[in-house]
Amino acid sequence: MVHAYLDYNATAPIWPQVTAATADAMNACGNPSSVHASGRNARRLVEDAREKVAELVNTKPSQIIFTSSGTEANNMALSQVQDGLAIVSAIEHLSVLKVHEASKLVQVNPNGVIELDHLQSLLKECPQGSIISIMLANNETGVIQPVKEVSAMARDWGLLVHCDAIQATGKIDVDWGDLGIDMMSLSAHKLGGPQGIGALVLDEGLEFRPLLRGGGQELSRRAGTENVAGIVGFGVAAELAYRNRSQMDQTGRLREKLEKNLRSVVSDINIYGSSVERLPNTSCVSMPDVEAERQVMVLDLKGVMVSAGSACSSGKVTTSHVLAAMGCDHAQASTSIRVSLGWQSSEEEVDFFLTEWCELFFRTRNVDKLKATAA
Amino acid sequence: MAETKRTKPIYLDNHATTPVDPRVIELMVPYFGEKFGNPHSSSHYYGWETAEAIEIAREQVAEMIGANADEIFFTSGATEANNTAIKGVARFYAEHRNHIVTCVTEHMCVLDSAFQLEKEGFNVTYLHVDADGLLDLDELRDAITDQTILVSIMTVQNEIGTIQPMFEIGAICRERKVFLHTDAAQAIGKIPVDVKEMKIDLLSLTAHKIYGPMGIGAIYVGKKPRVRLVPMFNGGGQEKGLRSGTLPPALCVGLGHALKIAREEMKGEAIRLKSQRDRIWQSLVRELSGLHLNGSFDQRVPGNLNISVDGSDAESLIAVLPDLAISSGSACTSASEESSHVLKAIGLCNELAEASIRIGLGRFNTDEEVGFATGRLIEAITEVRNGGRSIAAAG
Repeated sequence: MVHAYLDYNATAPIWPQVTAATADAMNACGNPSSVHASGRNARRLVEDAREKVAELVNTKPSQIIFTSSGTEANNMALSQVQDGLAIVSAIEHLSVLKVHEASKLVQVNPNGVIELDHLQSLLKECPQGSIISIMLANNETGVIQPVKEVSAMARDWGLLVHCDAIQATGKIDVDWGDLGIDMMSLSAHKLGGPQGIGALVLDEGLEFRPLLRGGGQELSRRAGTENVAGIVGFGVAAELAYRNRSQMDQTGRLREKLEKNLRSVVSDINIYGSSVERLPNTSCVSMPDVEAERQVMVLDLKGVMVSAGSACSSGKVTTSHVLAAMGCDHAQASTSIRVSLGWQSSEEEVDFFLTEWCELFFRTRNVDKLKATAA
Repeated sequence: MAETKRTKPIYLDNHATTPVDPRVIELMVPYFGEKFGNPHSSSHYYGWETAEAIEIAREQVAEMIGANADEIFFTSGATEANNTAIKGVARFYAEHRNHIVTCVTEHMCVLDSAFQLEKEGFNVTYLHVDADGLLDLDELRDAITDQTILVSIMTVQNEIGTIQPMFEIGAICRERKVFLHTDAAQAIGKIPVDVKEMKIDLLSLTAHKIYGPMGIGAIYVGKKPRVRLVPMFNGGGQEKGLRSGTLPPALCVGLGHALKIAREEMKGEAIRLKSQRDRIWQSLVRELSGLHLNGSFDQRVPGNLNISVDGSDAESLIAVLPDLAISSGSACTSASEESSHVLKAIGLCNELAEASIRIGLGRFNTDEEVGFATGRLIEAITEVRNGGRSIAAAG
């Protein structure tokens, strides 16, 4: 075993069928807005993919607006705030948190689940035209949020609800109709599709103010020539994720094995959100007394790829805002890493991770013991 | 030569989009496969591998336009770059000034951004153009006030191929201390563009007009003088906070390599495209009367022909030419019923504007294709003039 890629929440390995379909689409030329045969062919590719993405989240194709990324989709959704405020959970992705400086933050409990009582109190104070944005599953801990309850509460107040479903899609069943929301963000590269393509799902009657303006692409909701090859790749990845959704049970069993083994080594190990409903692939775990930065570095040298929190913060290692919101102190948060599995993960990779993690843990502990003895 | 068996129409719509060069696809495919890492994953090899590829691509973009790599930011395309440049810069400087200048023949994404700014309380001046599509430098000088933040003028017009005098425009803007943005989507790879020599402060470009993939472009944001702007997308702080979102390494590599090829081959390609284009135009006017070339004769990008045909209309012509992929204007607005705002701006009446077709020659058009297409154009125009028009009207 040379490598164990366990960083699916950063980006997932691309399915070979996606690679092939994307390359084929690049060989077929045409601007989907052109009316000639090449253009119509490109249009057909785009619309076929739209159907597949719609099927994955159980919505109508006409509700899917393709974007260049999940970040763009989140920014589009949050910029629908009119006169009001954005009410977002404290554990949202930065592409939700950073859109409005004056966002009201919904607190989470120590398990990483949003406090509905706190949301209720924020709703009482917020003006009309405000928007609520709650993610379906957190990218660092995998903890699933009560989005359905949120949308029911929002309806009483007549507010728009957006849900960032980027990490959840492909890992748990995501059903648009069941969630009862107005907008939902998706991204291809978290489910084995290419980078550079995402989508925003919109409720049919929604009056929408576009962020990018220009040509009338995407029903005038998002200007710019469509990334045809990327869209095709997204479609194939969505289809594969849908068809292989039962495979997540296997992923869940691998995660279970991983956590059971860690617990047998460190009985009081901190696995974030492990007592509540989580994505089956994610494990956010603290190694006592070893800085996360050191853990990922040592593991990487051995060929085990994990991360210290979210990949998006461009190299900066800061304390995770997610773990901080859950009430972790700096010492706890700074020793936590994220292990995330996916469609290609094998038992060998999990075993490999466990071996290397334990080796680092015991080595550190023995060094500490030696130091203590010497002192 | 007309006997050659053709399975697909000849692609003559290279302004709408270009085929991806196979050399570009070849370099991209590994990044759609085994090199899948998130370029912002700083903790492992997969992230470093793709991050490095992106930085090479950034250098390639910079080299193409005479910029430094740290002045290049990737976007999803020219529309995003134009939206970012115009709205971003205007909003950043809004506290002190409130005026921008652009031109009536700009791409819809520039004009729509300007309309949006007007709604937000900015004043916008829309410069006129002459019959060739060229703007008047004196009108530009007069339009700039002490309230002006930004001038946005496209280097090459996407429908009629007119090349604006960017050296002169740049000199005026720099002297008056206003920022100059140019939408160079249709210029890059076709004519030389150098941001330092032309004194351009912001530039938008896109890959899919230069034989690269769709879904990727770049914005140049100059450092001397330093231009600041409000980002369109907030979040993880990628691209130095100017454009959040995971970068797509495959697409960045595709853009970089497409530009590298363009830089190496532009000179020869321009000569060939110009000669092919001139051959079509000369054959058409030799065989037919009542043809009008829209745009400038000499200030025109190689490969572009925009022709209005007396006694015909674009829809009928395109209908009888299923073997040629041509367009009646910009692809972005193809679906809309309105006639081109560009052709109206250069003074065409509705009838001639609706009788206009755009031919965009590109890297992969052979002389044989050009010869065949010319013959078919002559046949089609004759056919439509001899009654095709009534067929279309009946339909």
